[in-house]
Amino acid sequence: MSAPLVDIRNVSHRFGQLPVLKNVSLAIEPGSYTILLGPSGSGKTTLLSILGGFVTPSEGKVFIRGADCTAVPPARRPTTTVFQDYALFPHMSVGGNVGFGLRMQGVDGATRAAKAREALALVGLAAAFDKKPHQLSGGQRQRVALARALVIEPAVLLLDEPLGALDLKLRRQMQDELKAIQKRVGTAFVHVTHDQEEAMALADHCVVMNDGRIEDEGSPERVYARPKTRFSATFMGESTIVAGKAGASRDGRVTVTTELGPISLPGASTVGAALALAIRPEHLVLGDTKGDVALGTAKVSDVVFQGSFKRVLATSVQDPALQFMAKAPASAIVQPGDTTAVSCNAQDIILLAD
Amino acid sequence: MRAVVRIAAWLYAIAVYGFIFLPVVVLVLFSLQATSFPIPPFTGPSLRWYQAVLSDTRLTSALVNSLLVAVLSSLASVTLGFLSAWGFARFVLPGSALLRGLITLPLTVSYLIIGMGLLVLFNWAGVPKSLLAAGIGHVVINLPLCFAIIYSQMGDHQINIERAARDLGAPEWKVLLMITVPVMAPAIFAGFFLSMTFSWDEFVISFLLTRFETTLPVEIWNLLRSGLNPKTNAVGSLVFAVSVVLVVFFELTLLLRKPA
Repeated sequence: MSAPLVDIRNVSHRFGQLPVLKNVSLAIEPGSYTILLGPSGSGKTTLLSILGGFVTPSEGKVFIRGADCTAVPPARRPTTTVFQDYALFPHMSVGGNVGFGLRMQGVDGATRAAKAREALALVGLAAAFDKKPHQLSGGQRQRVALARALVIEPAVLLLDEPLGALDLKLRRQMQDELKAIQKRVGTAFVHVTHDQEEAMALADHCVVMNDGRIEDEGSPERVYARPKTRFSATFMGESTIVAGKAGASRDGRVTVTTELGPISLPGASTVGAALALAIRPEHLVLGDTKGDVALGTAKVSDVVFQGSFKRVLATSVQDPALQFMAKAPASAIVQPGDTTAVSCNAQDIILLAD
Repeated sequence: MRAVVRIAAWLYAIAVYGFIFLPVVVLVLFSLQATSFPIPPFTGPSLRWYQAVLSDTRLTSALVNSLLVAVLSSLASVTLGFLSAWGFARFVLPGSALLRGLITLPLTVSYLIIGMGLLVLFNWAGVPKSLLAAGIGHVVINLPLCFAIIYSQMGDHQINIERAARDLGAPEWKVLLMITVPVMAPAIFAGFFLSMTFSWDEFVISFLLTRFETTLPVEIWNLLRSGLNPKTNAVGSLVFAVSVVLVVFFELTLLLRKPA
């Protein structure tokens, strides 16, 4: 097995007395697109700053290409950052901005210009070489920032909420381009976001963070289908959470006692442990019981038409504290006030420790 | 009734502006006097007194001295002011607010006190009265000003720009010279021109700290001791004209700033 490109070992960080990262370890593979996903205050931006060298962690080590970079300043580590506000140099032309890193390496003017043009062409802005940053739109500035960071061929490119300032349409478009550019250059990207859709669309490796810890990490498909924690199940996509207590486990199945009655599903747990059952909206079935697990009846409180489907919120009749979140076909006839049976299939239920 | 208020307001405005500008108008007007006394009736216009000023080597050399002191002391003030503003804006220092207060404190102290203080200090340190001593005095009064102007314009949005430069491999001195200074250029120029203005017509400190070679305001004062004559008006008008040019430059650099 080859060594990871970046190896973060047991990193903790405090701002004053406030712990923002608690014993985080993470490996980043060459050529991968890693997304750090989490709500604000989860420590994802701090982790990125530690990778970029802007913050030295209170404890732990960071290895890049096998070298200890924990206290190496940003100028001398093989990382570059695309800042959230782009941080272009306002007094320099776009070409000057993109060529800045090469200029600092002592590359001569002609080579610099050629490479800067190449990098601008890569992000689709070949014509902007002589413009000033203030003449460009937000999306174009974003691309310039990307070209400026890529042109010096870093080992890792760090992106701090790069799409946060763009409107939704542009965001989805830039998202596709980011992925395409990453595949073309083959540089490892580490991208911070709080947008789970962005995470699912871009990540090879998705890292869900909460409260200074890594809650879950893996391929986005795995994190979505089989989240490891309750937080991950609710932050990466929506879930209906049914609380319960573990009963007897036998033959690879466990019976969980819930307000909705006993539910038997694949898995194992110690008797008496508090559990949470997470069910994705697309796995909940409304109307005549079709799934093999009955979840009682529920009163529909809200229906939101989303184009290709209807998002249905319903409150359980058996447990008024329980909110079902279901995805119904666009053609489904369902209205607020309706009472409907709810069911699902046992293999779609995600068993989590509560 | 409203018409009366309007007229009163206009009269008040005219009185205020008249009060401010009449002395200058009189000064400039009688610098163009053809006869030997700057008193009515006006006998000009004539440029003879300007000719007299420009052929007076004492006045012209004082003018050159003044320019030299203004340019060099302003350069020193703006450099030191910029560096201290950068330090306060970018680093967490113990007692930062107190130190910032101390650095701007000389703005509130009268020039007479600063001049006397420097006189005593230079006497003790063995620095002779000279243009250099006056220049140092001007740095003392202008550094706080440059600091205040530049510090007020150093926002947080420039922090990421500096970070980006460091991230791309720039050593600290290149970050300062290639990024921070150009980005802060409007505030730096504004500080420079305002310092020039203040140094250019500063009298008390120059009077106390110079001896043989001196600055234009001190030379004008020497001239006034022998009584009023249109030559003093002419040289005063020249000083005023230069000040106006400097203030216009100051306003232009500060007001025509492009939004970042």
